[in-house]
Amino acid sequence: MTVTGVRAHARIVARADGRGGTALPVLDGDGPLALRRTRASGGEARVMVVGAMSGPLGGDRFSLEARVEEGARLHVGSAAATIALPGQAKGGARYDVRLDVADDAELHWLPEQLIAAGGSDLYVTTRAELGAGARLVLREEQVLGRFGEEPGRLTSRLTVRVAGRTVLDQELSCGPGAPGGWDGPAVLAGHRSVGQLVVIRPEFAEQPPAARMLGECAALVPLAGPAVLVSAVSPDALSLRRLLDQALTLLG
Amino acid sequence: MSRAALLVLADGRFPAGGHAHSGGAEAAVKAGRITSAASLEDFCRGRLHTAGLVAGALAAAAVLGVEPRELDAAADARTPSPALRAAARRLGRQLMRAARASWPSAELDALAGEFPKGVHQPVVLGVAARAAGLSPVDAAYCAAYESVSGPATATVRLLSLDPFDATGALARLAPELDRVADAAVEAAGRVVDEGVDALPAASGPLLEVGAEWHAAWPVRLFAS
Repeated sequence: MTVTGVRAHARIVARADGRGGTALPVLDGDGPLALRRTRASGGEARVMVVGAMSGPLGGDRFSLEARVEEGARLHVGSAAATIALPGQAKGGARYDVRLDVADDAELHWLPEQLIAAGGSDLYVTTRAELGAGARLVLREEQVLGRFGEEPGRLTSRLTVRVAGRTVLDQELSCGPGAPGGWDGPAVLAGHRSVGQLVVIRPEFAEQPPAARMLGECAALVPLAGPAVLVSAVSPDALSLRRLLDQALTLLG
Repeated sequence: MSRAALLVLADGRFPAGGHAHSGGAEAAVKAGRITSAASLEDFCRGRLHTAGLVAGALAAAAVLGVEPRELDAAADARTPSPALRAAARRLGRQLMRAARASWPSAELDALAGEFPKGVHQPVVLGVAARAAGLSPVDAAYCAAYESVSGPATATVRLLSLDPFDATGALARLAPELDRVADAAVEAAGRVVDEGVDALPAASGPLLEVGAEWHAAWPVRLFAS
């Protein structure tokens, strides 16, 4: 018997409803990527990803697409951390996230942590395309291994484009089999949690926030474009979340 | 053209200002992350597979004639730290002066004219290699080697490390340097067909964060 992984695809479209709120004409997802609409807040629609299965496991292919149309506001969170696990199918798992935010639209993409459990092998890509006047808050947190466990293999690429121009393109590869030095002093230096927070606001083009340190292993930096990145490594998920929350508060 | 031009370009004494930069080693030494020849080697290995790979691919793509403006923008997107972007442009300007004196070329002149504030150093390195008649793999080797040789010599000064130990670390990295140069050239070839998104984007979070920390110090031995 050939074991093949799970294919899962979820899609969200957020559209201005003409009354100051946001409608969700498309909210499709099932299995590991089930979606639930939760209580709206102001003009913002809220969606929760509630995985009804574990994974991604080796061989799985997940993809998640969200499109926020002009004038709409969407907030996406997840009910729990995503745990990459080893699977019976051959090969690694793949998880692709595509975010499209139109001019004058806003997306808050704030999922819980991605945990690379021992023996897992996952390649995750997140690609956000924004219109010139779009706003974005995007958080990504990776935890290498469950408590006290050796990490799995995790490669994560994050690409953010504003008005057709790439403002951020970063890939981090870690765990067994990753290119050498990933746990050394240039990359993670033994830290087991790593996170990025990207904030894009049109006003940053004229008035970018100044670079600043947030403790010894985190920095808030203006990118070449209307964008700010907070990059942090931390001993654990809790302290990482505190750093990223602190950064978001600083940005106001 | 002569292959020996590579020795001139890659020589640590080539007057392009690299000696004033530690490639993140000064911050890593102060943070206690580099304390010995072994941790220096691990630092260099991490830098080689991240910043070194990206620099090698940028340089090789520039040799292949990919538009420097696009490569420079791609380098910006791969360098979140403004301190590192500024250092890369400063090094690019210094390399430009030395390269124009060494291998006069209309392409170098045009690039200098178009970007008076400087272009990311690996892009200038590629255009300089092109002017010197060198190949993409030559430029990739030069960029990848610079990504580790700078931190190694800086750490000798910062920690009073035995220079033999530092050189031994570089020698042990040689097989990985070969693989990184090959991967950089392979990626550069794809850039010609697919555009600059095909460039590697490997990153070291502590290199970026450490560069910001370092830039804020009132007194430093190295510029970056």
